[in-house]
Amino acid sequence: MPAKIFLGALITIVAIAALLLLLVIVGGIIAGLLAPLIGSVPVSYNFRSLRARWSSSVVAILGIAGTVGVFVAMLSLAHGFRATLVASGSADNALVMRAGSTSEMMGGITLDSIRVMQDKPGVARDANGAPLVTQEVVGVIPLPLIRTGSDANVQVRGVSSNVLQIRKFVKLERGRMFTPGLNEIVVGKNAASTYQGLTLGNTINFGGGHWRVVGIFDAGGSAFDSEVWCDQRILNQVLQRPPNVFQSATVHLTSPAAFQQFKDAVTSDPSLNLEVQREVDYYANQSSTMTRLITVLGGLVALIMAIGAVFGALNTMYSAVSERGREIATMRALGFSSWSVILSFLFESLLISLLAGILGCLAVLPLNGWTTSTMNFQTFSNLAFAFKVTFDLLLAGVAFALIMGVLGGILPALRAATRPVAVALREL
Amino acid sequence: MVSVDGGKSGSLIQVRELDKTYRRGNEDIHVLQGLNLDVDQGDFVAFMGPSGSGKTTMLNLLGGLDVPTRGSVTVAGDEITHMSRGKLTEWRARHVGFIFQMYNLIPVLTAFQNVELPLLLTKLSKAERRKHVEAALAIVGLADRMHHFPRQLSGGQEQRVAIARAIVADPTFLLCDEPTGDLDRKSADEVMELLRRLVDEYGKTVLMVTHDPVVARIAKQTLHMEKGVLVEAGARQEVVSGGAS
Ligand SMILES: Nc1ncnc2c1ncn2[C@@H]1O[C@H](COP(=O)(O)OP(=O)(O)OP(=O)(O)O)[C@@H](O)[C@H]1O
Ligand SMILES: [Mg+2]
Repeated sequence: MPAKIFLGALITIVAIAALLLLLVIVGGIIAGLLAPLIGSVPVSYNFRSLRARWSSSVVAILGIAGTVGVFVAMLSLAHGFRATLVASGSADNALVMRAGSTSEMMGGITLDSIRVMQDKPGVARDANGAPLVTQEVVGVIPLPLIRTGSDANVQVRGVSSNVLQIRKFVKLERGRMFTPGLNEIVVGKNAASTYQGLTLGNTINFGGGHWRVVGIFDAGGSAFDSEVWCDQRILNQVLQRPPNVFQSATVHLTSPAAFQQFKDAVTSDPSLNLEVQREVDYYANQSSTMTRLITVLGGLVALIMAIGAVFGALNTMYSAVSERGREIATMRALGFSSWSVILSFLFESLLISLLAGILGCLAVLPLNGWTTSTMNFQTFSNLAFAFKVTFDLLLAGVAFALIMGVLGGILPALRAATRPVAVALREL
Repeated sequence: MVSVDGGKSGSLIQVRELDKTYRRGNEDIHVLQGLNLDVDQGDFVAFMGPSGSGKTTMLNLLGGLDVPTRGSVTVAGDEITHMSRGKLTEWRARHVGFIFQMYNLIPVLTAFQNVELPLLLTKLSKAERRKHVEAALAIVGLADRMHHFPRQLSGGQEQRVAIARAIVADPTFLLCDEPTGDLDRKSADEVMELLRRLVDEYGKTVLMVTHDPVVARIAKQTLHMEKGVLVEAGARQEVVSGGAS
């Protein structure tokens, strides 16, 4: 019982402390930024003092800028990864898998259940009245990377030949679609530029067969850009999987709104043991492990750097305060209030961090669109994606810088304002 | 006329039974012990005394930079020793002009901006501030040095800028702690001539600490700090001559 009370009290104290800290940070940033309007110490004093002590200012600026750079780069990496996977889903597509499967790599759907499923309401049809459904199998094959020559896994997806009517954002850039029944492949543009041999007209070997590259497609920056597509029936044979069993089916719906109707129809049919989800949700989910990993790891690195940067700012501001002890005392003797002095130093610290924040953001801006690749942990294949530096992330970077500025500036500012004037005036 | 017996009434600055005790470790240092002082409008007083006798301490108390251990300081009817810190800060801005031995100009601000500082605490418009600053710099003879930084000025010029800063907001009195302590004879003379003019022509009240008898002679009166109280120079001489005869 007493332990519980103690724990409760502890949690309350920690919560109050956290709230106070938040208040100090937010209040400090707002007050510091508004200092030119509400304070009486002229801001030219701060600008010129920064310049006069430029070497010390530069150290603090670089520390904060580096931290902001890492922070924003990490966020844009996670953001880019997520965007790549999310782009793979279409709002008016539904992904059908065997109930209980968490990824396409698991589970199997029989041709029979696909036949039942594709007659359900909500399924779009082509001009000839055929349902727009692609039943798919996926596998990974090792291919040598262009850059290093060593093998990496590329994801091969066996699709129905009408797939381009279902994933409408996928466009053939060069060549043509594969011919059903033939050993032909079409290659995503990232795969084409990442692996050796995936050039138009070339023939590669895998799964005991020869495959001709007949087309290169552009999947709009989605995960499909890292894939190789071929006829699903042939892939099943080559991978020696049971015929007429598929891992997933993607259904084009008459409209995004038709999803619920379709899903209800499928899940309420006792003859079907299938799970239906929006394609978008599936890919967003797929991205979450990796995004979380990047965010947590990157966040940890940014946090450690931030602690260093705050100490850098703290050091710069403390030495500013002590070097200018007599100046500050003089101003206070002239009648400038403690508040003006606090605001002035907060402003100066925020000025440093704002400059640093902008610098850090500018430094990572060139990363935008820079393509890198990683292992997709759900499929164990290589997935190319790009850094996505967005305006929101840049704002977050600047805000992060300001937080560091306030944390580094508030104690020195308080010290400047509370040091007895008569004592400080005696300093030389 | 200044007086140090504490019996006068109606003076501009009235100091009564002022004590200041510093604590250093376990030791109490009684610097001021029952100090009395009366200063009238237009007085020009020099304070002399050995180093460590408490002159700066007294000036700090008169200027509201520090609070006494006991006693009262009343300026133009305001008892300042019981004011809150915030009030005291406002009071300083309105009533006190400080002049320091090391000038204490802000190095990153120009002469103009340094002189303008006290006016930033008033409601004056930018144009009015400019007028006042120019007038103050003209009085100290440095109107042409307005846009120079302190490092571009000589010591004497820096001190004259500091004087302009001290008078620009038209304070009730000026406190100068060894204003010529860091200057050569010629610059010191110029600064003293300036202070004398401020008293004679502008009716300012000036309280000045100095070690230099030549400088002290320019003031109308000289008081000596002895054992924590002030004594009149004349009185001291009487004591000395009385003892000799
Ligand atoms: N903050 C303080 N703490 C402790 N002692 C102090 C403090 N300030 C001053 N003192 C002591 O008080 C005494 C008077 O100092 P004060 O500076 O007023 O002397 P002064 O007459 O101005 O000397 P000087 O002519 O050298 O400027 C000195 O002994 C000094 O060491
Ligand atoms: Mg002194």
